[in-house]
Formats: sequence, C-alpha cells, structure tokens
Amino acid sequence: MPYLWLLTLFLIPFVIVFKIALSDAALAIPPYMPTMKDGLSAMLSQLDFENFVFLTEDDLYWKAYLSSLKIAFISTVLTLLLGYPIAYAMARAPHEWRATLMMLIILPFWTSFLIRVYAWVGILSTEGLLNRFLFWIGAISEPLMILNTSTAVYIGIVYTYIPFMILPIYAALERLDASLIEAAEDLGCSRVKAFWLITIPLSKGGIIAGCFLVFIPALGEFVIPSLLGGSGTLMIGKVLFEEFFSNRDWPVASAVAVILLIILIIPIILFQRNEQRQQEADG
Amino acid sequence: MNRLSSFNVVSLTFGFAFLYLPMLILVIYSFNESKLVTVWAGFSTKWYGELLSNEAFLDAAWVTLKVAVISSSIATVLGTMAAYTLVRGGRFFGRTLFSGMIYAPLVMPEVITGLSLLLLFISIGMDRGVVTIMLAHTTFSMCFVSVVVSSRLATFDRSLEEAALDLGASPFEAFRIITLPIIAPAVVSGWLLAFTLSLDDLVIASFSTGPSATTLPMKIWSSVRMGVSPEINALSSILIGLVASGVILASLILKQRTVRLKREKRVGGKVRKAN
Repeated sequence: MPYLWLLTLFLIPFVIVFKIALSDAALAIPPYMPTMKDGLSAMLSQLDFENFVFLTEDDLYWKAYLSSLKIAFISTVLTLLLGYPIAYAMARAPHEWRATLMMLIILPFWTSFLIRVYAWVGILSTEGLLNRFLFWIGAISEPLMILNTSTAVYIGIVYTYIPFMILPIYAALERLDASLIEAAEDLGCSRVKAFWLITIPLSKGGIIAGCFLVFIPALGEFVIPSLLGGSGTLMIGKVLFEEFFSNRDWPVASAVAVILLIILIIPIILFQRNEQRQQEADG
Repeated sequence: MNRLSSFNVVSLTFGFAFLYLPMLILVIYSFNESKLVTVWAGFSTKWYGELLSNEAFLDAAWVTLKVAVISSSIATVLGTMAAYTLVRGGRFFGRTLFSGMIYAPLVMPEVITGLSLLLLFISIGMDRGVVTIMLAHTTFSMCFVSVVVSSRLATFDRSLEEAALDLGASPFEAFRIITLPIIAPAVVSGWLLAFTLSLDDLVIASFSTGPSATTLPMKIWSSVRMGVSPEINALSSILIGLVASGVILASLILKQRTVRLKREKRVGGKVRKAN
C-alpha cells in the first residue's frame, strides 16, 4: 500500500521534472525537436548537416576540440599528481582532524568559482605578485609571461577542480585497511613497493572517479580559458560562447554543443559504470 | 598509523597553501589604498565604500539574491521529491531515464545546459529575464539537491516509517513526522548548495537572461574582463566572507544536531536494555 500511495503522490512532480529535463535534452539536439514553431524552426530545419559540415571544414573547430581534450587531459593528470598526496595525508591524519580537513577542502568549493579564478589574474599577470616575488628573490630578471598562456589555464583548472579529485580519493583511502600495508611490510615489502602494490590498487576506484570528475567539466570549461588563457588558448566552451554571443550564429553554436555532447558521452558512461561497480563492491 | 610522516605534513601544508593563498591575497589587496592592484600603498577601506555606493552593483546583487532564494527553495522541494521517488519508488516506468536525468546535469558543461535552456525559452516564446534565470537555476540545482538528499535517504532505517504507518499515521503524516526531521540536515545542505550554486553561476545565467536582468556574477565578469580592479577585490572579499561564515555556521549546527541525535540514540538504547 504505501508503495502505491507514494508512487501516486510523487508521480505528479516527477512528471514535471521529467518534462523539464526531457525538453532540455531534446533541445540540445535542435533537428530532433519536432514542435518548433515560427522563425526559429525555419532556421533550424535548414540546419541538417550543413553546420556539421561547416564544422569539419573550418579547422578552428578541430583545433578547439583537440586542444580542449589536450588541456583537459593534462590538467587531469596534474590534478591527480597534486591531489593524491593531499588525500593520502588526510586519510593518514589523526581522526579528530579529519572533519576539519574535509571542511577545509570543501570550503573553497562553496566560494564563487569566478572569484577563485579571478584571484589568479592578479597573481599571474606580468606585474603580478608571482613575478614580483620571483624578481625579489632573484630567481628571474625578466618577468615571466604566464597569464594569457595555456600554463595559466592549467593552473586555473588544477586550482578550481582539485577538491573533486581529493574527495573521492580520500573516501577510498579512508576505507583502506591499514593492516594490509603493515602485513605487506612485515612480509618484506619496502614502503614504496607496499604503496604501489596495495594502496594504489585499492584506491583505484577513487582515482578513476576523481579523474572523470575533473576531466568532464574541464573539457567544456569556459570561464577559466577566457579569463586566464587569453586569445591564444583555444577551448571549445569558449568557442561555443563566442559563436553564440559575439557571432550570433546559433545553429553553429548548437552544432558545436552537440559534438561536445557526443564527445562527453563516452567518459560520462564510463564514469557511471565505475560508480556502479564501486557501489556493488561496497554492497 | 595515526602519526603523520613529514612527507604527509609537507603535502598537507602545500595543498592548503595552494588552496587558500590566492583567496587570502585577494582579500588582503582589497584593503589596498592604491588603484594599482599589485602595488601595496597602505591600508584603506575606500573600495568598500565605493562599492556600496555603486548602484549597478547593488541592483545586480539584489537580483542575484532574489533569484538564489527563490530558485533554491523550489529546487529543494522538487529535488527532495525526486530523491524520495528514486530511493523509495522501487521500480517504475522510466526509472532509468529519470535517474539519468538527475545525474546528467551534474557533469554537463554549463555552456550546453545554458544553450539548451535558452533555445527552450525562445521556442516557447518566453520573455527572458529574472523569471527565466530562476527556472534555469531551479532545473540544474534541483539535481544537486536530489543527489544530496537521496544519499541520506539511502542510509535511512525504513522500519521507522513502517512503524509509523502501522501505528495509524497516514503516509503524508509519516513523511512529515518521521522522514522529514531525519533527512532535514541533508535537505538543509541541499538548499545551501542550491543557493550557492545559484549565487555563483555565470554561464547559465548569461544564456537564460534577457536585457532586463543582470546578475552579480555577470556584472563581475564584465568588469573582470578589463583586468583586475580593487572594487571587485572588495566585492569578492565580502562574498568569500559571507560564504565562509555561512558554511562554518551551518556545519557547527549540523555537528550539534548529530551529537544530540547520538546522545538520544544512546539513551534510547539504554532504555530498551532496561526493559
């Protein structure tokens, strides 16, 4: 009985939710939206493959997709290299610290994304704080050009997405049974070898989840390349935004979005699979 | 194993320095006298004064706040319902699709979500402005709420609800008296999450707004593109301060609640034993 009752009570909002989400999905692929009216539908019905052909002909888009993939990939690796030691140290910290450490990792996530990216503009610019500091300690004699290069984009992505990497790895490492490592060490493993053979494989789920959580949003990132990357850095999110707002070419922008979506489907499905496997392993 | 090796201490220190130094610098430089953001010229609060007399910023802040409060409240109601359906609903027609729709916006790039929403608003001929931003924000933050709430619901002892139903409560009463108080911390943190997401959002708001409404992130964005400005530093510091104190306060309240709940449970266990 309660089953049936709840189903009816929550069916109505469910239908609303369903409708909202479904119409979004249909609209992300304009040619498949059958109920379009007036001018827009005329515009979109001509769309067909022309825009996609246009995308393949103009190598700007190719380059943008490829460089987005490259930037997202490299920054994911960097985030992992930086995030893993932090997550590891957190999981090894005394119990009573852990809640506070978690809090400190999550707190930046609550603060405005835009502001956190903006904070780097002042640090990385030619007369910025980093250059002044390096100059002051005598490491450089010429100011480094960091802002408006892809280095700045890497720094920005690593900085803003590192909590997404740390949290799942930390969750995996915290569950890890420390006696396994002790056993390995007792059996003659060196610490490095024990880490490599026990800790890494057992935190694999967390590593994979973290990498996807960084890679997927980084691929479509718009704010970071626009603020830190300057005109030299091509990323597809930025191209889409400019296509839409500066060039006002909506069909092309939609086509760019559809292809980005197709590229993203693979990592999203892999991510969901990984999550499911994790849950099954836990249950 | 509860001893930190020096390597761990170093990585923690570096990690947190990396996370917090940029924001700290931003806050420090918001008190800078000089217009040049990178040159320190003495302590001053004049940028805060200038910010507070800037009508455009205040208007944008008001719009943002309105959007955030309303959209996060609707999102919390819808998201909680969705979570309840997902966790308690069992198998029903279209369940996979439904859960897919809940999870997809979490990882969807904002440019795509924004674009699709904009096309929706245009195709149904809706005037774009504050209302459309609210709708857009409700749609994506609802999903975050439902994820937070459903993780709490999944670990929830179902027999409590069933006991209430056996004792004659109507399903709605059971939900209100039993379920809701227990999942309340998750609902509150879901609301907070939706609220900050809405305060934060630049991309989706830029897509779904019209000429009549500008939010604070959009305002910040247009001035930040010109380069660093001390006014934005001041504004950022205010926002960082507000969010930090809000989150710390919320976590303290939650902590108190869990401590109390634990104590009650312990007392309850003792009573049961005595019987």
